[in-house]
Amino acid sequence: MRTYIAKRLLLIVPTLLGVASLVFVIMRVIPGDVTLLILGGDQAGRIDPAQIAAMQHQLGLDQPLVVQFGTWLWGVLRFDFGTSLWTGQPVLQELLIRLPLSLELALLASIVSVVIAIPLGMLAAVRQDSWVDYVVRVVSIGGLAIPSFWVGILCILLLVIYFGWGPPLEFTPPWIDPWANFQQMVWPVMTVGYRYAAVTTRMTRSTVLEVLREDYIRTAWAKGLRERAVVIRHALKNAMLPVITLIGTEFAFLIGGLVVTETVFTLNGVGRFVVDAVAHRDYPVVQALVFLIAFGFVVVNLLVDLTYAWFDPRIRYR
Amino acid sequence: MATNVEVSHPSAVADLTPRLSAAEEVVRFIRMKPLGAIGAFIILAMLGIALFAHALAPYDPYLGDYAVQFARPSADHWFGTDEFGRDVMTRIMYGARIALFVGFSASVAGCTIGGLLGVISAYVGGTMDLLLERVMDVLLAFPQLILALAVASILGPAVENVVIAVTIPIIPRAARVVRATALSVKENVFVEAVSALGATRRRVVFQHIVPNVVAPYIIIVTAQLGGAILAEAALSYLGLGAAEPTPSWGLMLSGSASAYAEKAPWIALFPGIAISLGVFGFNLFGDSLRDALDPKLRGR
Repeated sequence: MRTYIAKRLLLIVPTLLGVASLVFVIMRVIPGDVTLLILGGDQAGRIDPAQIAAMQHQLGLDQPLVVQFGTWLWGVLRFDFGTSLWTGQPVLQELLIRLPLSLELALLASIVSVVIAIPLGMLAAVRQDSWVDYVVRVVSIGGLAIPSFWVGILCILLLVIYFGWGPPLEFTPPWIDPWANFQQMVWPVMTVGYRYAAVTTRMTRSTVLEVLREDYIRTAWAKGLRERAVVIRHALKNAMLPVITLIGTEFAFLIGGLVVTETVFTLNGVGRFVVDAVAHRDYPVVQALVFLIAFGFVVVNLLVDLTYAWFDPRIRYR
Repeated sequence: MATNVEVSHPSAVADLTPRLSAAEEVVRFIRMKPLGAIGAFIILAMLGIALFAHALAPYDPYLGDYAVQFARPSADHWFGTDEFGRDVMTRIMYGARIALFVGFSASVAGCTIGGLLGVISAYVGGTMDLLLERVMDVLLAFPQLILALAVASILGPAVENVVIAVTIPIIPRAARVVRATALSVKENVFVEAVSALGATRRRVVFQHIVPNVVAPYIIIVTAQLGGAILAEAALSYLGLGAAEPTPSWGLMLSGSASAYAEKAPWIALFPGIAISLGVFGFNLFGDSLRDALDPKLRGR
């Protein structure tokens, strides 16, 4: 087990190095120049070349790419992601302003989805091919098919038309005003949570179905146990393994995938931050965010694999 | 896989399987998999509309008529008109072409590239496997949207470039699944036998391993199809996909649809229904196909 963890931790290094190099190259290949965007030019759109050179020097963009990459990586190792080229603030500080919103959204959406998905998926599996099963399957496949930005548009539309409610522009953290926070977050959470629940329901249903065919379940029935004991005590625990994987990987995706929802609901979270940073060619911000999202993804995946051991003692790590 | 079984026991298969006509097969599928049949029906309808959009659509998808801006749904314009007076239903019909084009080309290209890499990774093994796996790890950990943003910024917003942006994230997922299957196929005695008989590596891979990973390949292609259509819509919605005036479903929901949503909700309503229904069809069909092809689930 210890060697397995060591091996996995070691494999994280090339993955993150690959992600770091890829995002660095991509940001340099994208046409558009941050200095031109900052300077903006005069009314005819002309910019003094000396001014461009001065700005490039000020931002450190005149150094060779290898040096820029090295400097950045060295900074990352010390948890220093540099300063935003656009606002001049440290990237980490800019990120911490926006992180609570995205984290709250992702966390609440996953709680909503787990609370809905696991009982529904289990019910559908136990009553396979009954009308309950069909309804659950259709609703969950629908959750995968309906674009979340469209659900968002419809939510806002209905709220605006029938309740005269518009999305607020400022984020209120739950520790300042829980009710204002709830009003602001409930629709985005439902929108994201529905899709998340759909994925989890389907996974729960198919793994419970698989487990219900196992010999030890037949033994449990034969012992005369009641359905509740067989399903919850015997089947569910073993069926949870792939479901946990999914919840883990989906959660990592969520943080990166909030862009669309945050755009629809005009929430100023991490997702919007990424899009704005790409548009502004704000290299340090994009690099830091991509690196951190990838880091989160890798760590969550590792944790998911380790929880396997706890849920299924048959798994032996090599 | 099926051919292997028939070759080894030709008589048994011939005696036990009743011959069914094509029509009977269809009826059997509908009875066994009603949800899959609904999915297949939606896909066929979408294909038909996309192929014959020029004949079926009542108006021109690009030509606006300012006399009928924001017309409510009526007998003339079933789904109403948009801010340029273009018929929403016509644009949705032409939009099916883009959705299907992006969906099919991205999922087939992504799964084929990923599948081949997975087979090579599994068969060659060693350093090659380790290296390819790390590349796939990087692609998996890299946020899909940033990749798409980058592709759109470098190559410009166009339907063909959306295909590239949607294809790349599919590659590592397909590679994972196919590699896992190929690893277990590789351990079979028949692979050892043909290798011992002196078959070239190319022959072993393409004649003996590839046919045995076709089932997971087909499953993952259909599974990714709906997702690819959804990804195209999301990218176009964010302004990174097709550019105006292309009748892309996602694009129809961006900008003007939200801006005029209060005044003309039908502009935002119908393209969303089209996306949902299309993806729903592919997912239903893909699910039933997986049930039918996956031996672990067979007989349920």
